[in-house]
Amino acid sequence: MSVLTSRRGFLKGAAASTAAVLVIGVAPSGAMAAGSAAETTMLNPFVKIAADGTVTAIVKHFEKGQGPATGLTTLIAEELGVSMDAIEYEFAPSNPKLYNNTAFGPIQGTGGSTAMFNSFQQYRKAGAAAREVLLQAASHAWDVPVAQLTLEDGVISGAGNKAPIGEFVAAASTLTAPEEPRLKDPSEFKLIGNANVRRKDTPPKINGTAMYAMDMQLDNQMVVVIKRPTRRGGTVASFDDSTAKDVKGFIRAATLPNKAGVAVYAENTWAALQAREALDVTFDNTAAERRSSEDVYKELMAAVNTAPEYNLTKNDQAEIAGAIDKADKVVEETFYFPLLAHAPMEPLTCTIEATEDGGVILHDGAQMPTSPHAALAQIFQLPMEKVQIKTMFAGGSFGRRATPTVDYQVEAALAFVMTDRTRPVKLVWSREDDITGGYYRPAFAHKVRVGLDADGNIVGWDHRVAGQSISKGTPFEAFSVHDGVDHLSVEGVTPTPYSIPGMFAGLTDIKPATTVLWWRSVGHTHTAYVMESMMDAAAVAAGRDPVEFRLAHLAGDTADQKRLTGVLKLAAEKAGWGNAENGRAQGVAVHKSFGSYVAEVVEISGDTENGVKIEKVTCAVDCGIPVNPDVIKAQMEGGIGYGLGHAMRDEITLEDGEVIQQNFPDYEPLRIGDIGEIETHIVLSTEAPTGVGEPGTPPSAPALANAIAAKGPRVTELPMNKAGVTFA
Amino acid sequence: MAISLKLNGQTHSVEAEPGTPLLWVIRDELKLTGTKFGCGVASCGACTVHMDGEPVRSCQTFIEDVEDAEITTIEGLKSTPAQAVQQAWTELDVVQCGYCQSGQIMSAVGLLSENAKPTLEEIDDYMDGNACRCATYQRIRAAIVRASEIMEA
Ligand code: FES
Ligand code: FES
Repeated sequence: MSVLTSRRGFLKGAAASTAAVLVIGVAPSGAMAAGSAAETTMLNPFVKIAADGTVTAIVKHFEKGQGPATGLTTLIAEELGVSMDAIEYEFAPSNPKLYNNTAFGPIQGTGGSTAMFNSFQQYRKAGAAAREVLLQAASHAWDVPVAQLTLEDGVISGAGNKAPIGEFVAAASTLTAPEEPRLKDPSEFKLIGNANVRRKDTPPKINGTAMYAMDMQLDNQMVVVIKRPTRRGGTVASFDDSTAKDVKGFIRAATLPNKAGVAVYAENTWAALQAREALDVTFDNTAAERRSSEDVYKELMAAVNTAPEYNLTKNDQAEIAGAIDKADKVVEETFYFPLLAHAPMEPLTCTIEATEDGGVILHDGAQMPTSPHAALAQIFQLPMEKVQIKTMFAGGSFGRRATPTVDYQVEAALAFVMTDRTRPVKLVWSREDDITGGYYRPAFAHKVRVGLDADGNIVGWDHRVAGQSISKGTPFEAFSVHDGVDHLSVEGVTPTPYSIPGMFAGLTDIKPATTVLWWRSVGHTHTAYVMESMMDAAAVAAGRDPVEFRLAHLAGDTADQKRLTGVLKLAAEKAGWGNAENGRAQGVAVHKSFGSYVAEVVEISGDTENGVKIEKVTCAVDCGIPVNPDVIKAQMEGGIGYGLGHAMRDEITLEDGEVIQQNFPDYEPLRIGDIGEIETHIVLSTEAPTGVGEPGTPPSAPALANAIAAKGPRVTELPMNKAGVTFA
Repeated sequence: MAISLKLNGQTHSVEAEPGTPLLWVIRDELKLTGTKFGCGVASCGACTVHMDGEPVRSCQTFIEDVEDAEITTIEGLKSTPAQAVQQAWTELDVVQCGYCQSGQIMSAVGLLSENAKPTLEEIDDYMDGNACRCATYQRIRAAIVRASEIMEA
């Protein structure tokens, strides 16, 4: 790893250049980890090439399944001129000067479906700059003008010469990289947009060799599990570990310095879990949350039935309400969305070990390396450069691994601080810890009234939202809260791409009931459901076709309207909209989120009493230039499944401040038989690429609700099974 | 107690208390980490291994019950159905985060070992206990069909 840690030259370059950092001139070399003697050379922070020609892309985004290990590698391979088989990848170390998310500013991290969006030009330039210095080196060696040389499939040729790139790496590393290398014209792309490019992370994930943070097995490591208060705001008063001492492998128990739990140290995971079971902890609940979900529900309903705290549209609600009162038809619905857990398949975990020079290494499926980096430096009182973050595969996240409190990494650090630091500490969460100790998609309520004129056009829209803000009171506040309004609460309602004359929107924050967090697609998880349910209900009331009704309200000429129209028409056409088989029903929804446009048609059979079966979902997505079409399809499939599964039957409920659900049996995941088929169509676009991790989720649940409403009741409170819908 | 465990064709002697789930012996004692912990209550299938060729949830299989059995983990797969499954998984790029996939593959191999040509319904029934939070289900289904074709060829 010396290659990655001894690159001060790059740091200097990073300070001098803002966007793409392409500093050539430093050529640290070292033996490769695999024991090969090949010299490797960093051509820039994103590209490393060995003398044998093996190219390695340095991937700055963590891989939780959403595809950056393939996507960013594709960008380098495309512009450099090597095949996907000839390029490897490794995850970047924590260094926000080099590897920051350019959409986040000075922070290295992944989220908001920004990985491809913020890397597209940067990684292409890195690949192209590497190509240009290699060509220059060859030009010098052969005394042939660069213009006569080409680099293809890892081989430089021209004027009768031919040699693999490995031969020129050493020389290339002494040359100055061009600031603005020539990028390929999209017509020259061979890999970008190629549906045959395969995932780079498939091989280790099908034979058990992929290393997740849960798989850390360091010599002499201790496993720590934590007994946490069952109520938010509770603290440890005392504990008795006399029975825990009988568990073989138990080492010790100790209250965390912040009293947020008792750390149980053991020789292995099973002993730690057993000892925790045997531990008797008394919590101080005087300051703890005691509200139940029912209380929160009542508070939310009261909030949407009174004047909102924030007027988002800065207009006169009374005037719009008056116009709706006078409308030909009025549609009114009130919606409720429960708390939801992320429940990534890999329970949270990370491992901390000491280094010989007094520093620490964190092994983590690190979503936001900058956050634990700073937190650990503070906790251990170390300079930043003495803290290393090693990013491993993450077994899903859906938002959970990026918390403002850096929760699980801080727990591990506190557990480590309380030891003599001679043994690595691996913190493990159980599934029960995950479901009950979580950060949840906040509960929200919406109340909407829509007025229609005699021709079935919308003449007024009165929309009130209430819920707990995700960002307020956290370090993320500056990103999303403006004039008191947390945009994560209302994104998807305002601004709306629909042409709606006379729209009022208001928001009321409710006081925190639990810890809340972004959950795959954040505010869009509820706002898309409401917007698309109301558009549907309005279309039905107007006696118009739901697709035609939407198109009519997207008829303007903004880019959003055009692109939404594109995906809506495509999905409707591919789904055979209006031609469902006998006994089946279709529902549609279309929504923009994270810069991408997605329309989905859900086709169901059966009915709410005897069981609804999701037969087919047809999806159309416009995410700009599709870099890895098959990864995009996979993300749509996954996003749709995630949205539908939770809408069907999941919720987290509080009773007397405690979470009721414990594990998958009562927080039932989507299962293989729940969805018949998903078919995804990608719009061919030349716009810059945008996100795909989240945008598949928002339209899925409302499209299902609209299909159900086509032959039965309109479901306005989730989960659907609680609202009386049975699923086959 | 000392237990002799036959795993992936080798016999290991391990020290474990009765009641210890096989999962933790495999992961923490034998350091074979391809078998995953997802729920601990037989509800997700991430920990699936083969016991005498049949898929079992290792989080709810106890060490004292496996003494005479042949255990196979993802690291020890090599049967014809296993090769077909891994090839199909590669062709279709089934994985996303990948954390559930060892278990999915162990179950899929179990299915194809007893039923080389399952219907879609049989696939859904058999694979029902293997959760995938990334919802890779439709590729799992397609890959099992594809593996069945590969086996036939
Ligand atoms: S860990 Fe065994 S079934 Fe989930
Ligand atoms: S691939 Fe992530 S849980 Fe299945």
